[in-house]
Amino acid sequence: MNNVATMTRRELGAFFLSPIAYAVSTIFLFSTGLAFALGTFRPGGEASMRSLFEFWMLLILSFVLPMLTMRLLSEELRSGTFESLITAPITEGQVVLGKFLGAFAFYGILLLVMLLYPILLSFYGPVDSGLLICNYIGLVLLGGLYISVGLFFSSLTKHQVVAVLSSFVLLGLLTFASHALAQTVEGSLRALLQHLSIRSHFNDFVRGRVDWTHVVFFVTTTLVFLFLSIKTLESRRWR
Amino acid sequence: MIRVKDLTKRYGRVPAVDNISFEVDQGGVVGFLGPNGAGKTTTIRVLACYQPASSGSASVAGFDVFSQSMEVRRRVGYLPESTPLYPEMRVREFLHFRGKLRGLTGAHRIKAIDRVVDRCWLAEFVDRPIGHLSKGMKQRVGLADAIMHDPPVLILDEPTIGLDPTQIRETRNLIRELGEHHTVLLCSHVLHEVEQVCSRAIIIAAGRIVASGSPQELRDRFRAQGQVVAEVRGQKDEVTQAVTSVSGVEHVEATTVDGWTQLAIQASSDQDVREPVVKLVADKGWSLREIRRVGASLEDFFVQITAEQQERRG
Repeated sequence: MNNVATMTRRELGAFFLSPIAYAVSTIFLFSTGLAFALGTFRPGGEASMRSLFEFWMLLILSFVLPMLTMRLLSEELRSGTFESLITAPITEGQVVLGKFLGAFAFYGILLLVMLLYPILLSFYGPVDSGLLICNYIGLVLLGGLYISVGLFFSSLTKHQVVAVLSSFVLLGLLTFASHALAQTVEGSLRALLQHLSIRSHFNDFVRGRVDWTHVVFFVTTTLVFLFLSIKTLESRRWR
Repeated sequence: MIRVKDLTKRYGRVPAVDNISFEVDQGGVVGFLGPNGAGKTTTIRVLACYQPASSGSASVAGFDVFSQSMEVRRRVGYLPESTPLYPEMRVREFLHFRGKLRGLTGAHRIKAIDRVVDRCWLAEFVDRPIGHLSKGMKQRVGLADAIMHDPPVLILDEPTIGLDPTQIRETRNLIRELGEHHTVLLCSHVLHEVEQVCSRAIIIAAGRIVASGSPQELRDRFRAQGQVVAEVRGQKDEVTQAVTSVSGVEHVEATTVDGWTQLAIQASSDQDVREPVVKLVADKGWSLREIRRVGASLEDFFVQITAEQQERRG
């Protein structure tokens, strides 16, 4: 069995044994449920989950996903299990990828549970399944990026609190502040900041467009953070 | 099996390990001793491929720890001092996880796990979560993990810490047994464990190797400062004076207990002064009820040698 699959299985199992994961999942389902109930699921509202996806999901995920990822590497570094892990015949790349996929799989389960909302909605009116699929593709890509950012900060420190707070800050900035910040500067810096705005990349998925430029954005930035995590772990072995 | 040459490891500017060289041949158990901060853990971390050396080289089972670290890691079973484990996993689950990382598949892995569960006495709690285990139990799980894939080289950092006396004895037997077919590098503070289990000891202090040899050789080196203990019935000062005058005796300490004078006689160099002392006592007409040479232990050697080294380092 290859090492990445082994790591993924272990991490996914560990999530199910972790009280934090259950607490975080509860927060996730509660807050999305609330947003759904208040924003969409009222008499006379439109049968789409637009307000949920447009804003609330971004906010909720930028809190929830770092909380899920904060212990992934920080805990190993703190407890010393990283030493016994990396002295086994496994590469840092396999470790990072395995942990990423484990967290991603857990996130996938949460997304599946969230399907409850459109199902509920469908009893009251037609739900545009094409739009829904599009939204979910966006969520999957967004989640991948958020998880890789959380994983990266987890690789930097053995203190979970530092990891989670740093992730919040970076994700908050890139998701919500980037566009606003862009308005205050000119030229190529403005273009850069606009391009880095996660929210603007995500919006098209909300509207029902799968634009390849956005897919590329999410995939490449996710890969960048995974790469950075691998390098961070490797650097520990050079000290 | 293990070759270390001019190995130096610096943390910042301070050398934790300073230009050490040693070799461990195949088979047998070699003890790696030293006081805290001597550089033992640093050295074995380099050998286990957890940290790189600042300079020098090391190879395990013929593979260089720096450029061929994957090959080294396949052939080493490493038990770190803190025995790090995942508290949420059950013992069996954990062993399966580690076995998969080692490349053990399917039935092969199940057999290997059964084997180590038996050898390390894990059967009682093999389905319990690791977080619920005592320190000694965790120690055994860590040892099981290290030997599961039957590696040619085992590097064990304090494997008997936290075990009860029966388990300590059995673990030492296990390690001795393992030494028959594997090469074992054992880090220990428990000196008489090293004496019992190891065929050779390497003593490290302040980042340098200060002695190396079989426990017997090291003891003999120390035995050069022989000490003799005797009990004589006689007046303390008189006896002390007389014995001090025996040629070869450097220093005598005496205490009186129940009318008997207990003497601790320090001889110069490796002279055996027992015979002249017995003769003297007989001549003087005193009763003698005990005379023996105090066996130098590895511990005395260790304490002295490492103290000298710490002094030199300053």
